[in-house]
Amino acid sequence: MNSVVTTNIVRFIVLVLVQSLVLNNINFLGHINPYIYILFIILFPVKNNRMLFIFLSFLLGLSVDLFLDSGGVHAAACVTIAYVRPLILKFSFGMIYEHQTIKFSSMEFGQRLSYFAIITLIHHLLLFSLEIFNTSKILLILTKTLFSGIFTILLCLLITVLFSSRRK
Amino acid sequence: MQQIINFLIRNKSFLLFLLLFCLSLFFTIQSHSYHRSKFINSANFLTGGIYESVNNINQYFNLKEENQKLLEENNRLKSILFNEKNELKENFSLDSSLNNQFKLIAAQVYKNSYSATNNYLTINKGKRDSIEEDFGVITSKGIVGIIDNTSNKYARVLSILNSTSRVNAQLKNSDHFGSLRWNGVSPQIVQLIDIPKQAPIKVGDSVITGGLSTIFPKGIPIGSVESFKLDQTENYYNVEVSLFNDMTSIGHVYIIKNRDATEISKLNNLNE
Repeated sequence: MNSVVTTNIVRFIVLVLVQSLVLNNINFLGHINPYIYILFIILFPVKNNRMLFIFLSFLLGLSVDLFLDSGGVHAAACVTIAYVRPLILKFSFGMIYEHQTIKFSSMEFGQRLSYFAIITLIHHLLLFSLEIFNTSKILLILTKTLFSGIFTILLCLLITVLFSSRRK
Repeated sequence: MQQIINFLIRNKSFLLFLLLFCLSLFFTIQSHSYHRSKFINSANFLTGGIYESVNNINQYFNLKEENQKLLEENNRLKSILFNEKNELKENFSLDSSLNNQFKLIAAQVYKNSYSATNNYLTINKGKRDSIEEDFGVITSKGIVGIIDNTSNKYARVLSILNSTSRVNAQLKNSDHFGSLRWNGVSPQIVQLIDIPKQAPIKVGDSVITGGLSTIFPKGIPIGSVESFKLDQTENYYNVEVSLFNDMTSIGHVYIIKNRDATEISKLNNLNE
């Protein structure tokens, strides 16, 4: 139990720092950045205290906001995906989720991909619509969501594959 | 009563979600209005400190480029000094600091962003260097933004690449002025609107700051006219201005303090 807590604390700090100091300076093709800090929410243990989980996600988003001067957009997006995560888990993994025995590294690739993709796209869509905050620029919101989303999903999958294979 | 408490307990995670979501929406909306985002900004001691230590390392990678820029500026200032009599009318940008109304303070940029729709910079001067809100920030090449938040050691600059930024600007060769804003697309191009139709405007004309605001002195270079067209009312030009400054790489900046700002704004308030 203790090691789970420490892993998550370390993961929280490392992801926020990596996100704000490295990944936000990528600006691929002008404005495409991956937002991999949501890995914290994606990989958070399934058996959890829901209140604590939502609150931690809020803190995560808020600390990224602090670094990026973006008001509260990351916090809002993070809280939302933390709240709807059980639904997405049920949708992507089906029966296994009911027994609460999910180990993300041992799941089938297709299921994992759909889980990552849905969470990422919800997060990005909310993030960019709040950041741009203008309905007349909906095309810009959608293109940003799509391209950043693809970047984020790819990086998240790569990172989970890299780090889980070490543990085996 | 019992039922209310039961309802609260049953829906506690949804209520927590709603509360936190509204809180972050509140922060978001605050950040969209000018001068309101007091709580969440990178000019505090934690994020400022982290950016400082990272910047200490990053500085070494740009040493050559920065040296080059400083050398160019030195060159320019020296040539102004040596040819003072001939060029007194020509040079415009930094010599306004010679008369005592404006004071320049050098600072270092710790964090710069240009890919979002609302961009901010963090610099290493703050309240204890007597930096306050509404001071202008420029580089040797042109305008950067306006200070909108300060902590003890750091300050946050509202970049001109921010959809809420408004700067008074005019054409260099005529006194027609308009306001400078950004549409969030390209970090090289900003928009100058409300230039009257009568203004003689050509592609390649220089755009400088106008003297109407108390933030910037008149005549700081901004950019050159890229293209222009009439707006819907057919009375004003919308001008695309390509910036002299490369907003994607900014190292050293100057903060402009206008000593007469309070006096001027007091006068203006009397009129209203």
